[in-house]
Amino acid sequence: MSLLEIRNATLKFGGVVAVNDLSFAIEEGEVYAIVGPNGAGKSTVFNMISRFYAPFAGQFRFDGQDLLTVRPDQVANLGIARTFQNIELFDQATVLQNLLVGRHRHRQSTLLEELFFAPRVRAEERRHRHAVEEVIEFLDLQAYRDKRIAGLPYGIRKVVELGRALASGPRLLLLDEPASGLSVEETQDMRWWIDDIRRQMGITVLMVEHDMGLVSGVCDRVLALADGARLAEGTPAEVQSDPRVIEAYLGTGAV
Amino acid sequence: MDQLQLLVSGLANGCVYGLIALGFVLIYKATEAVNFAQGDFMMLGAFVALGLTNAEYMALPFWLAAPLSILVMAVLGYLLDLLVLRRLFGQSQIAVVILTIALGFVIRFVAGAIWGHEPQTLQSPLSQGDISLGGVVLSVVDLAVIVVTVLLTITLYQFFQRTRLGLAMQAASQNQMAAYVMGIPVKRVQGLIWGISGATAAVAGILFASKGAMDPNAGLLGIKAFAAAVIGGFGSLPGALVGGLIVGVIEPFAARYLAAGYSQIAPYALLLAVLVFRPHGLISQTRMKKV
Repeated sequence: MSLLEIRNATLKFGGVVAVNDLSFAIEEGEVYAIVGPNGAGKSTVFNMISRFYAPFAGQFRFDGQDLLTVRPDQVANLGIARTFQNIELFDQATVLQNLLVGRHRHRQSTLLEELFFAPRVRAEERRHRHAVEEVIEFLDLQAYRDKRIAGLPYGIRKVVELGRALASGPRLLLLDEPASGLSVEETQDMRWWIDDIRRQMGITVLMVEHDMGLVSGVCDRVLALADGARLAEGTPAEVQSDPRVIEAYLGTGAV
Repeated sequence: MDQLQLLVSGLANGCVYGLIALGFVLIYKATEAVNFAQGDFMMLGAFVALGLTNAEYMALPFWLAAPLSILVMAVLGYLLDLLVLRRLFGQSQIAVVILTIALGFVIRFVAGAIWGHEPQTLQSPLSQGDISLGGVVLSVVDLAVIVVTVLLTITLYQFFQRTRLGLAMQAASQNQMAAYVMGIPVKRVQGLIWGISGATAAVAGILFASKGAMDPNAGLLGIKAFAAAVIGGFGSLPGALVGGLIVGVIEPFAARYLAAGYSQIAPYALLLAVLVFRPHGLISQTRMKKV
């Protein structure tokens, strides 16, 4: 069974068809990319998985469970984490606090225990801190641990958002343009991290990305979209050489 | 001794302002909106308690009526969010501001229609008795107001700093979309905040009504409490209390030592001064953004 399976998804905004009868499936342990020109509906697919948008039609299954029956806040509990194209962090909190919020779904203590800071709460708190410290070490964020997000450069925020998603201990990680706005070195780091996230942590990755260098470097399979519909699917090399994909990106020449 | 007496009665008044300011800050922290009906919530809480306690209405014992009215106001706050405010989810802040101002008017007239527009006194056991401490005469109600306010502020502060729900509320206020992705039910969390702020308003109302007569326009006190919240630094719970205390203490001193009328404008003069010299308030939660 596929980890994430989307069948015949359609979403319209007014008269605009954002996603048109789209189907694809992601297997456990793979890195899967969605590519396509701006406005192809890539982020819309993410927002449907996050349950921010309800599809007009279609089926969304995660590990056999129907995604369309859960609320947006319950998606995290299923083990789906994500980042955003425009970075959505808690700007007035520190890096550490942001990552700790990522642990929210794992907290089990009750209100009374918390108010009195009971031993169980302390033990749990230590465990979460430990999990977060592992993420900080993995992403090399030590120097920024107690810095507020509001004062951090763009590239670091991007990494913090990835860290917050990892801190939640997901099975499926959705990355919305992980390399956009990053320098060449930062993109290289991102590539290694995505590799390690799959290999060491065993997390399945679904990403939307424009940087074809990064996509061919880390992805097993690629889905190309145009106008909300499937153009091609296959290995990065196959998709890049597909004439329909080339046409969607570059337009047809005057032949 | 004279000054000490002024200080104590000022502190007790300031605590009531502080409690209403707490309500402002709670809503602001969770939803980034300002509830201009907070003063009217306080008034309504007082009248609910009065309606339950006073002999001419339901004549319940005060110690039963007080928690009951706190509960009623908490439920009312939650329902108000569920049925009215949630419909504005995603709308601009100004829509919420206008709506809460309108809610304030509605609450004022509903309270007037039920309990009349004449001033009434809550038959509270707190209203009687004085305690003399080293020459300073403290009324029981002033003492109760101060103790309850301090305890409530500490509890709420701990709640926001330590508990899963409190932290979720802070997260939801800073970034709703990110909060959803972290597994926080944003709308429900906001409803709970309205409930807590309703309960806080009821506590303020019961204490205020124990100090003196209430009428449906008492909610206009909320404007002074709003000034207190801004002075303290909007968004900070201890700041709200400190702001309330400052406003409360300034009034009796201004009344005593300045020409007549100045005591009324003193809180707002201070508000202006704070906005000019420390625009983020005395205990500020936000910092300047580096550009």
